[in-house]
Amino acid sequence: MAFTLPIEVAAEPLKVGFVYVGPIGDYGWTHEHDIGRQAVEEALGDKVETSYAESVPEGADAERVMTQMALSGHKLIYTTSFGYMDPTINVAEKFPNVKFEHATGFKRAPNVSTYSARFYEGRTVIGHIAGHMTETNVVGYIASFPIPEVVRGINSAYLAAKKVNPDVEFKIVWVFTWFDPAKEADAARALIDQGADVIMQHTDSPAAMTIAEESGIYAFGQASDMAQFGPTARLSSIIDDWSPYYIERTKAVIDGTWEMTDTWHGIKEGMVAIGAFSDRIPADVQASATAIKEAIVAGTMHSFEGPINRQDGTVWLKEGERADDGVLLGMNFYVEGIEGDIPQ
Amino acid sequence: MILTVIAGGTLFTLMGKNPLEAIRVIFLDPIFNDTVASYTRPQILVKAAPLVMIALGLSYGFRANIWNIGAEGQYIIGALAGASVGLALYPSEAFWLLPLMGLAGIVGGLVWALIPALLKIYFRTNEILVSLMLVYVAINLLSGLVTGILRSPIGFNFPESRSFHALASTHNDELIAGTGMHFGVFFMLGLVIFCYWILKRHIFGFQVTLSGQAPRAAKFAGINPNLMIVLCLGISGSLAGLAGLLEVTGPAGKLTTTFPVGYGFTAIIVAFLGRLHPLGILLAGLLMAITYIGGELAQFMIGLPAAAILVFQGMLLFFLLATDILVNFRMRWNTQSKNRSRIARPS
Amino acid sequence: MIDLSSISLVTLFASILVASTPILLAATGEMIVEKSGVLNLGVEGMMIIGAVCGFIGAVKTGSPLVGAIVGMTGGAILSLVFAVITQYLLGNQVASGLALTLFGLGLASLLGTEFTGIRPPPMPKLDIPILSDLPVIGEILFIHDPILYVGLILPPVLWWFFRASRTGLIVRAVGENHEAAHAIGYNVRMIRVTAIMVGGGCAGLGGAYLSLVRVPQWTEGMTAGAGWIALAIVVFASWKPWRVLLGAWLFGGLSLLQLNLQAAGVAIGVEYLSMSPYIATILVLILLSSRRYRHQAQAPSCLGKSFHPTL
Repeated sequence: MAFTLPIEVAAEPLKVGFVYVGPIGDYGWTHEHDIGRQAVEEALGDKVETSYAESVPEGADAERVMTQMALSGHKLIYTTSFGYMDPTINVAEKFPNVKFEHATGFKRAPNVSTYSARFYEGRTVIGHIAGHMTETNVVGYIASFPIPEVVRGINSAYLAAKKVNPDVEFKIVWVFTWFDPAKEADAARALIDQGADVIMQHTDSPAAMTIAEESGIYAFGQASDMAQFGPTARLSSIIDDWSPYYIERTKAVIDGTWEMTDTWHGIKEGMVAIGAFSDRIPADVQASATAIKEAIVAGTMHSFEGPINRQDGTVWLKEGERADDGVLLGMNFYVEGIEGDIPQ
Repeated sequence: MILTVIAGGTLFTLMGKNPLEAIRVIFLDPIFNDTVASYTRPQILVKAAPLVMIALGLSYGFRANIWNIGAEGQYIIGALAGASVGLALYPSEAFWLLPLMGLAGIVGGLVWALIPALLKIYFRTNEILVSLMLVYVAINLLSGLVTGILRSPIGFNFPESRSFHALASTHNDELIAGTGMHFGVFFMLGLVIFCYWILKRHIFGFQVTLSGQAPRAAKFAGINPNLMIVLCLGISGSLAGLAGLLEVTGPAGKLTTTFPVGYGFTAIIVAFLGRLHPLGILLAGLLMAITYIGGELAQFMIGLPAAAILVFQGMLLFFLLATDILVNFRMRWNTQSKNRSRIARPS
Repeated sequence: MIDLSSISLVTLFASILVASTPILLAATGEMIVEKSGVLNLGVEGMMIIGAVCGFIGAVKTGSPLVGAIVGMTGGAILSLVFAVITQYLLGNQVASGLALTLFGLGLASLLGTEFTGIRPPPMPKLDIPILSDLPVIGEILFIHDPILYVGLILPPVLWWFFRASRTGLIVRAVGENHEAAHAIGYNVRMIRVTAIMVGGGCAGLGGAYLSLVRVPQWTEGMTAGAGWIALAIVVFASWKPWRVLLGAWLFGGLSLLQLNLQAAGVAIGVEYLSMSPYIATILVLILLSSRRYRHQAQAPSCLGKSFHPTL
C-alpha cells in the first residue's frame, strides 16, 4: 500500500472505526450511524479513513473487535450501542492514545466520551401532533425495553398529547426487542385492533409504519424518516442525525483538540431532527408543532416542565419547575394519566 | 478446503474485492499480521475454548448414537445457575466463590441435559427434539430472569445483570496478562488431552464407541444402554454448563439477553468437522475461531460485509462436511465390510 | 382498568391466521422432509432466502404472486445444496442443516442489500363474494390473500397424501425403514431429495409471505427465529398434518395474544408465556411415548439417519 501512495501526502489519514450492533441494512439505528460515518468521509475527505464492523454482539466479541481496531491503527473508535459500555471502558484503558466515543452510555474515562440524543424532545413534537390527529383518542405505542430512555419517550409524548387533547389515552405494548419486524408488525396490528389510530414506536424496524399504511392510520418514522414505507400514513418522524456530531468530533481528533465530554444534544444542536410534516396535518397544527420545536430550540420550553405529577398522583415537578438531567437519565416511572405498569 | 478457497474467492471477486487479499485476511492475518496477531493469536484460543469444550462433551454422545443438540440450552443454564450463585452471595469476596459458581454451572448444565436423558430412558422420547426444545425454554428463562430478579440494581433497568468483573471473587480473569486467556483456555487444553486418553486407553472410550456402532454387541458386553445415555448426555451437559459459566464470568462479564451467541450449535459443527476425535475437535475449533476473528478483521480492514463472511463460513462447512464424510466412509467400507447393511448410521 | 372485552375475538383470530402462516408453511414443509426420514435443521436459512428472493421477485416483476413463486424456488434451490451434501455425499444432517442456516442468512443479506427501504407491491386479497360477507366466519376466514389459503389447504391435502395416496405411503416407508424400501426397489435417495426440495419450497414460500404480506418489507435477519419455531411445531404436531395446523396457530397465536393482552392493558410475564409452547411440545412428546399412545404417531424411525444403498 505504501508504494501506491503519492509521496506528496504529508499526514497519514486518521483511521476512524465504527462498531455497530446491527446490520447496516436494518433501516433503523445502525443505518443512521452508518449515514453518519459516510458524512464524516464526505466532509473530511482524504484526511480520514473510516471502517466499520457490523452485527457485533455485545460483550466479549465487541471487546475483541475494538481491540483489533485499536491495534490496527484506528485512532478514534465510535461504539454505537449501550451494551458496548463495559467493553469500551476496558479497551480504552489498554489504549490511552486511542479516543473512544460511546453512544448512550454513562461511563466515561479520560479517553472515552459519551454522547446521546434528547430524543424525548422530538417526542414532545410528535406527541403534540398525535394528540391533535387522533380521532379515537387512542395512541398506540410500541416500546422495546423498560429502560429510562424509552420510559422518558413515552412520558414526553404523552404529556404533549394530553396538553392538546385531554381525552387522549396511550396504549403501550412492550415487545422486549429492538429489532424483530414480524413482532413489531404484530404489535402494531394488536394496537390497531384496540382502537389506536396513531402509532408511535421505539423499536428499530419500519414494520409498524408499513402496517399503519396498510390499515389506513397514522404513524411516525423512528430513527430514520421511513417515508417510503408509509407515503400516506407517515405524519412526521424523529430522525437520529449523528452526522454533525461525528464530523465535529472527528475533526477535533485531527486538530488535536479532542477532550472527554458528555454530550446530550437535542433538536437545537441538530442531533434530533424532525422529519418534514405530512400535508395531512392541518396547517394550524403544523404551525403549533413548529412553534414547539422552535421554543425547545430557544430554550423557552422544556419537555418536562411542571406542574407534573407521577402516575401515583404524587408531585414530581412543581409549577414552572423543569426536570433536571439526573432524574431524566434514571427515569423509571410514568407520569400521571398513563395507565398500566412499567414491566419489572 | 481448496474448493472453499476457490468458491470463496469467486464470491469475493463478484463483490469487487481482491479475492487473494480477502482470503489472506480471513485465514492468515489472525495468526501472522504484524500489528494485530500478538493479540489475536491468544484470542483464537479464547474464542475456541467454549466451542471445543462443548464439542468434546458432545463427541461422546455422537459416538454412542446419542444426539444432544441442545448444548446451547445447557450452556445458557450453566451460565445462569453459576451466575445466580454469584449474585445471591454478592458482594462476597471469598476465594471459593468462583469455584462454587463453576460447580453450580456444571450442575446447571448437567440437570438441563439429564431432562432429555431421563425422558429418553423412561418415556423413549427422542433426545434430539427434547434437547432442542429445551434451548428455547432456556433462552426465555434467561431473558425472563435478566429483565426480572437477576437485573442489576445499578443498571438503569437495562436487561442485564451485575458485572462479574467488578469483584475479583467472581471474575474469571485472564491468567497471562494481555492475552485474555482465562481458565477456559487451559481447561480446554487439559480436556483435549484427557479425552484423548479416555478414547484411546480407557474402557469407557471403547464402550461408547461400541454402543454406537454395535448396540447389540454392547449389550452382550454388559454395557447398560441407559447408563450410557445418562453418562453421554451428562458429560456433554456438564461441559456445556461449565463453558457457559466460564464465558459469563470471563469474556462476557455479565448476563444479558444477548449472552447466547450460538456456541452450542456451532459446537455441533465443530464436533463433526473434528470427526469426533479430541485432536480433530481442537483443530476444528481453532479453525472456526480463526474464521470468526479473520471475518472481523476482513470487515474493517478491507470492508467486506459481515454477511459475506457468513456465506464464506457456510461454504467452508459444506465442503468440509461433504469431503470429510467421503474420507470417513471409505475407511469404514474397508474395515467393516461384513457389517455393510448396518452402515445406515446417523453420521 | 383491565378490559378483556376490548379484544375483538374476530379480528384476533383473523390476525392469528396471518401471523401463523409463515411458520405453518415452513412447518408443513419440514414435516414432509422428516416423514421421509431426513432432519433438516436449516429451515431458518431457507425461510430467509425465500423472504429475500420473494421480495426481489415481487419488486422486479411488480407481481407479488410471481414473487411468492420466486421465493419458493429460492428455498427449494437452497435446500438442494443440503440434499446433495446429505444424500449423495452422506454429510451429517444435523451439522449440514446448521451450516445451511449460516449460509442462508449470509446469502440473503448479500442478495438483499439493494432492496432495503423499498415497499413491495401489495398482495391482492381474495375477496370471495358471499363467503366474505358471512358474519364472524367470513370476517375471520375469507378476507385473506391467496398464499394464506395455500397454507390452510396443505394440511388436509397432506393428511390425505400420507394416508391414502400411493406416493405418500412410499415416502412414509422410506422414512420408517429405508433398508426395506430400498429392498423393495424404491429409489430412497431420489424420494428424499424430492422431499427435501418440497420442504425447501414450503419454507421459502413461508419466508416470502413474511416479506410480502406479514411485515411487508425486506430487512436483514427479518425471520428472527421463525424457522426454529417451525421445527418445534413439527415435533409438537407429532408429524401429523392437522396438528401442524393446530401447532402453528398455537405458537403464532400465543405471541400475538400476549401483545393483544398488553394492548388491552393486561400485564403478563412475557417470557414465561413465550416458553410455554416449547414445554407443551416436550409434554406432547412424553404423552405420545407413554404406553397408551405408543402405537400412534412417533418420529419416523429413520429420522436423521443417512442412507447409502448397498447394491
